[in-house]
Amino acid sequence: MSKIKPKVIEVDEIVVKFAGDSGDGMQLSGSQFSDTTAFTGNDLSTFPDFPSEIRAPQGTIAGVSGFQIHIGHKEVTTPGDQADVLVALNPAALKANIAWVKPGATIIVDIDYFDNKGYKKAGFVEDPLNDGSLLGYNVVKAPITSLSRASVRDLGLDIKSAERTRNEFALGILYWLFNKDLKYGEQYIDQRFKSKPVLAVANKKVLRAGYNYAETVEALRTTYQIHPIESRTGRFRNITGNIAAAWGLIAASEKSGRDLFLGSYPITPASEILQELSKRKSLGVKTFQAEDEIGGINSAIGAAFAGDLAATSTSGPGLSLKGEAIGLAVMTELPLVIINVQRAGPATGLPTKPEQSDLLQALYGRNGESPVVVLASSTPANCFFYAFQAAKIALEHMVPVIMLSDGYLANGAELWKVPEMSELPDIHPPMVEDNDEDYQPYGRNPETLARYWALPGQEGLRHRIGGLEKENITGLVSHGPLNHERMVKLREEKVQRVANYVPELELVGEDTGELLVIGWGGTYGALVSAVTDLQEEGKKISLAQFNYIKPLPRNTKKILESFKKIIVVEMNAGQFAFYLRALYQEFNFIQYNKVQGIPFMISELKEKFNQILEG
Amino acid sequence: MEDQANPSKVAEKVTKADYKVDQPVKWCAGCGSFAILSSVQSALAESGVRKEDVVFVSGIGCSSRFPYYINTYGFHGLHGRAAVIASGMKVANPNLDIWHITGDGDSMAIGGNHFIHLVRRNIDINVLLFNNKIYGLTKGQYSPTTPRGSVTKTSPDGTIENPFKPGELTMGAQGTFFARVVDTEPKRMKEVFLAASKHKGASVVEILQNCVIFNNRIHSEITGKDVRDDHQIFLKHGKPMIFGKNHDKGLVLEKSRLEVVTIGENGITEKDILVHDAHNPDDTTHYMLVRMTLPEYPVATGIIRSVSDTTYDKALQDQVKEAKENSKIKCMDDLLRQNSWIVK
Ligand code: SF4
Repeated sequence: MSKIKPKVIEVDEIVVKFAGDSGDGMQLSGSQFSDTTAFTGNDLSTFPDFPSEIRAPQGTIAGVSGFQIHIGHKEVTTPGDQADVLVALNPAALKANIAWVKPGATIIVDIDYFDNKGYKKAGFVEDPLNDGSLLGYNVVKAPITSLSRASVRDLGLDIKSAERTRNEFALGILYWLFNKDLKYGEQYIDQRFKSKPVLAVANKKVLRAGYNYAETVEALRTTYQIHPIESRTGRFRNITGNIAAAWGLIAASEKSGRDLFLGSYPITPASEILQELSKRKSLGVKTFQAEDEIGGINSAIGAAFAGDLAATSTSGPGLSLKGEAIGLAVMTELPLVIINVQRAGPATGLPTKPEQSDLLQALYGRNGESPVVVLASSTPANCFFYAFQAAKIALEHMVPVIMLSDGYLANGAELWKVPEMSELPDIHPPMVEDNDEDYQPYGRNPETLARYWALPGQEGLRHRIGGLEKENITGLVSHGPLNHERMVKLREEKVQRVANYVPELELVGEDTGELLVIGWGGTYGALVSAVTDLQEEGKKISLAQFNYIKPLPRNTKKILESFKKIIVVEMNAGQFAFYLRALYQEFNFIQYNKVQGIPFMISELKEKFNQILEG
Repeated sequence: MEDQANPSKVAEKVTKADYKVDQPVKWCAGCGSFAILSSVQSALAESGVRKEDVVFVSGIGCSSRFPYYINTYGFHGLHGRAAVIASGMKVANPNLDIWHITGDGDSMAIGGNHFIHLVRRNIDINVLLFNNKIYGLTKGQYSPTTPRGSVTKTSPDGTIENPFKPGELTMGAQGTFFARVVDTEPKRMKEVFLAASKHKGASVVEILQNCVIFNNRIHSEITGKDVRDDHQIFLKHGKPMIFGKNHDKGLVLEKSRLEVVTIGENGITEKDILVHDAHNPDDTTHYMLVRMTLPEYPVATGIIRSVSDTTYDKALQDQVKEAKENSKIKCMDDLLRQNSWIVK
């Protein structure tokens, strides 16, 4: 085999998509490759895309699992609209992804799987490699499976285990294509197969085989170099939204001195929060896997009464089930964090696909007047900060706080500049001294209106609270009509006053202009890319991305007044627009909505904004 | 808060009066719950538990107003959910002595799931289940323990459902403690409540409670002065299962079935009578005892089952302790630095 000296092209960014069968280990390949790119100093943003069935029929479109990674020399904010390189381990993976591949992209297929049987399962009528449909792409037909098997032949693996190494072969090709050092991949494999040394050897061999193979392929004569991102120093790691959210809660526990209790029930795509926290007992974290969603939140309410930083994690259907209990936390004025990782609904909906359609549920989805604080994280990494912030607000204001994440943030990963605990603010819950003679169960801090938090076990503070309406200050049960109205207003006022303790909204772009783009939560990456691109073209456009939903930042109205047109962009049918219209009737809000279970593409956003700017 | 580490340390002598509230108790006159409240207050005064460590947690229903009527920490929760609220409290602070007050609707219907899981987990909580076999607070609909055929507001033609026996559910969920008492016998209630409080694990006490308004005399076949000795057997660990006005009836095991016999008849002597072993890990006999119903059998009261097993709260505390001792991650900064690298 002759080795061709490659031509190296320097690029600022590149988008790679791996796709294969859900049993092919696509998600692991994705994290291996993203760790390597992160270690080599690139910025990155990733997004896994998997079916809700654990093992849908092999080779079918329903069973395709994918992982997209956007690698940059400059800052990247989304996993990328379309791929520059697609690895398709079977025909179904090609069929499912071809629409999201750039013209002229490199497509690497495992030719061993591209036969009539494979085409039929994937629903191809003609052989896609020969029917002309891939003209204009750089197609690499690699015998991935057979070469993988051949390279581990001497290790005595059974056929299945030998074949399962084939994703490493594909990765090996990518390491070569992007000039990445194999040692990072080998370290990852060693770590992953710590207890199975034979598999570690096999996977490393196949990774190297893929790398060597790529060197010999004419279609891969050009390789790409994405230089490390400059002007960034400090401690970094790669993190997903769910892990970041879990860690934000632990950080708040340490800062407040209250143990963390998570009462939860497994649900896609929020389960990793429960899983991660169950591993953190050394930091005093207690997790309680309840019998259902209702049990999860009620156990958390019990823990809050007893003095823990209490939280529950869930996704849309679970939030519906928790509604009554959130009301109990509102009435008993206990600190409680509810992390809701949104997915497409209603009912079971599209469990693995992101959506922003729980906003109104979070704001209003309960019986009675039941105000809570609502926050939304907007990148995988800032799930850490907003979970921390949710806990801080809950503890200092004695109020339930819902933090909205979504399946896109939860499973997506990005490079994160890791903070030191000393950089985070302190948390001061309104505790009471033993035998405080002035203590009254519903006595309040005059500034925040938070009631004081006396804990069972404390001397001289015995008291009783519950879900029946309370008289202010004394906390005695009261059915008085005027008292009820006063308490309804007081609970709302307490939530509104949180605005005095959170920062004003900062725009991306100028303070005034033609078009204000409004987003909230997980659409940030796509919106900021689209808006800054247009700004570079000289357009008078700015972005207001909301993380504080209730209460809204103090300067919201001022921002709305400063633009000629306002467009609200959401992955739902228009819930934030509905909320803003109710609060600010004097403005005209244009809507742009996408409810497909897939994130916005930067290109479609730019097109829409241009249309409005011109119109 | 030195005392909190040791809940059994009593700083001052606690009396029954310490547990009385100055607010009015609002059950109907003649409701069986008054006697239960009084017995609980007596039991607490004797239990030696620091009064600040006692917490009453309830769901919804007449019985669930209980926390407002006793001077301890208290939490009045949601319908059916108190079992999990209590569980969270116990996990958060294992030093607390937690009493979960519930009724047959609250724990057997809307909260049935939480009930069995509390028992299965064996969390150290005392469950007082006021069983009046009717919905009181919503004014007279049948409950999951209402006898089949009963005419109520929602079963004008008689119920067509089989009732639950709380004891059977407790056994089915691998309960470690089950007792049954009647609301007309304060001394026995106090004795059983004290034992439930001492038991480490989920202690379920079914109290046959009379609702004077909607289901009056539902338990009178068991509790009535004239019939109770013949219709009830108060079980004591290590004592033969003898009952009856004349102390002449007893239980024996015949072909793996319990049978009522009369001492002195057919050559039966006291030696033939089964001896109650509440501590037997095998729950076969306990299960048979909780199922006994009139008229074939007397209704079993007293402590039917009390076996020791690891509690959830203790096991979790142990895991946390072990993790703290062995893990390299001692603080949040340690965790944050994991798998990270420095760019200079
Ligand atoms: S309705 Fe029945 S159970 Fe309820 S308080 Fe009155 S007597 Fe007691």
